[in-house]
Amino acid sequence: MSADTTALELQEVKGPSALGGGPRRFFDLLWLISVTEFKRVYFGTVLGYLWSLIRPLMLFGVLLFVFTHVLRAASTEVEHYPVMLLMGVVLYTFFQEATTNAVTSVVAQEGVVRKTQFPRLVIPAATVVTSFFNLVLNLVIVLAFVLAFGVTPAWTWFLFPVAVAFLFIGATGVAMALSALYVSFRDTAIIWIVLSQMLLYLTPILYPITIFKEEETLQHLLMFNPLAVIFEQVRVWVLHEPNAPTAVQAAGGWLGLLPAAVIFVGVCCFGAWFFNRAAPRIAEAL
Amino acid sequence: MMSSTSLDNLHVGQAPATATSERPTAIQVEDLHKSFHIPTHRVDSLKERVVHPFAGREYRELHALDGVSFEIKQGEFFGIVGRNGSGKSTLLKLLASIYRADSGRIRIAGRLAPFIELGVGFNQELTARENVLLNGVMMGLTPKEVRERQDSVIDFAELHDFADLKLKNFSSGMLVRLAFSVMLEADADVLLIDEVLAVGDASFQQKCADAFHQMKTEGKTIVLVTHEMASVEAYCHRAMLLADGQIQYIGDPAEAGREYLKLNFEAGVEEAPGEQGESRGVRMLDSRLENAGGEKVNAFELGEMLRLRVDLELFREVPTLNVGFLIANADGVGMFQFGIIVGPEDGDLRAGGRVNVDAEIQNPLATGRYFIHCGVQADNGVSIYVQNALSFVVFGTQHTQGVISPEFEIKADVEGGEA
Repeated sequence: MSADTTALELQEVKGPSALGGGPRRFFDLLWLISVTEFKRVYFGTVLGYLWSLIRPLMLFGVLLFVFTHVLRAASTEVEHYPVMLLMGVVLYTFFQEATTNAVTSVVAQEGVVRKTQFPRLVIPAATVVTSFFNLVLNLVIVLAFVLAFGVTPAWTWFLFPVAVAFLFIGATGVAMALSALYVSFRDTAIIWIVLSQMLLYLTPILYPITIFKEEETLQHLLMFNPLAVIFEQVRVWVLHEPNAPTAVQAAGGWLGLLPAAVIFVGVCCFGAWFFNRAAPRIAEAL
Repeated sequence: MMSSTSLDNLHVGQAPATATSERPTAIQVEDLHKSFHIPTHRVDSLKERVVHPFAGREYRELHALDGVSFEIKQGEFFGIVGRNGSGKSTLLKLLASIYRADSGRIRIAGRLAPFIELGVGFNQELTARENVLLNGVMMGLTPKEVRERQDSVIDFAELHDFADLKLKNFSSGMLVRLAFSVMLEADADVLLIDEVLAVGDASFQQKCADAFHQMKTEGKTIVLVTHEMASVEAYCHRAMLLADGQIQYIGDPAEAGREYLKLNFEAGVEEAPGEQGESRGVRMLDSRLENAGGEKVNAFELGEMLRLRVDLELFREVPTLNVGFLIANADGVGMFQFGIIVGPEDGDLRAGGRVNVDAEIQNPLATGRYFIHCGVQADNGVSIYVQNALSFVVFGTQHTQGVISPEFEIKADVEGGEA
């Protein structure tokens, strides 16, 4: 051993960081932690995976009842309203679960953060990946619904992963910002619960964006929300309804997508920057 | 060791591995500074930040490390000692990349595995096997490397029958064993260890000790932070004493240990409160302990001479005065007593007079804390008894068994036997 230790070179130690230890170690750890956490939830309880399915399904059931029986206006103009609703609820559940779990994640892993050398970013990123595994399983159910409702498969289905990728990146950005913010400000958790609830209603999940076709400005304004762009495009790609506008149409042209793009990139960059800035000091701030 | 040393000689032409000073550097620290900001009023909600945007900007600055520079050679077993708050844990966390330094430079050769606390990062909900994998990767191994070693880790921890049991069902001893085994298997070039030597039962401790010795002979660089002087002296080549964020001493471990104990007791012991007796015609004005040099102290090194001075004031005339002392250990058991009868031949014992008692004691006591009780008595009813008039500590680098530790000479002769 000492024969090759003599060849070791001194290397500067820069202290903790978001990605400390190189990308290889980062991805090894991210994968391992996400998988073990997922397995724990999946096999850890009797109902396991059912629980993570029940939540979106129950929300779906209630919303379906409300919007097909109570407030019929929203659902009548969509061909496959239940499918659109389920798809939206499942995707939004992923976003909400990933970000909400991420908020407290770094603080909850206090022991690890304070006592081991650990790339800090793994912690919030792992919550997003774990939620993503759930999403993949839930999407199988969605697929069954899509086919059961008689939606014919189309080549645009292959574009669906693109939308999911954007959602994943967005969730990671928000998760980074929130988890770092929560270290210093503990009411971040409460604020985010309220905000994410608001975001649910501001995204065309329960209603089609075309409900506002009389008030174009409002519709264009709603398309400032990057999630609205993603969800609207998913509806076009997967359900390919003739009367569903593409995101571009809903926003009133490519230029109308610019605010959403700016917000999306802005949130992701802010999340990355803020987390990276906070990472070296997280152990001390706890 | 032998083979690798000869390899060194063949290829690099280096001196034997025992000459540590000529080996390459494993850790180099230059002028390291680290301070913490402790807010006087902590703002921990966004609401407060919005309502009082400027509140909580005031903070106290705590200098944990103040210009520390040192170098550790490859293959060295290096001890860091210091009292609580001396900055040793901060230093360890800086070396381990848990904190970021304010200024200064740390350079390390090779892979480093920190063990600030055994078993952090263990997940109670996962099995031993899964935790070994997770912890191994956290320490910088690839998942493949860990899988190859998984069985030997579990065997070393003597947990073969429990490998697939969830950690929450483990006893604390089992946890510690598992954590220690993971650490040994990590195969890092530099190990940072924070007081984890005293783990497990006796047989496992022996295993750990063997493992440390093996690491030593394998030429691994080990940094050990501890309070336990015995392990510093047993394992370390060199040791460093930190005090108030600065290096107080660096070099011989035995000397570092002595300095540490001195520091510990000279500043640390407050005198146990004595009851000052004023009733019954006599009062104790002052009592103090001094070392041979006449300085007032309350900590003595093993075998160091004690000097006791007590000043008494009389309120009534007495024919003779009996002054006695009892030294008791922390359990209240009397160790020995001594005293003096002050009579007319020493001077007149009138009201308002003073009696100064001065005793020199050859100190045979073992290490520990002791109390001095003082009794003063005269025939005509004048009497006081001051419980815990003084207390002091006897310290030494070796922990002694028994209550006394007298000087002794011992020798052995060996005769006969076959060649």
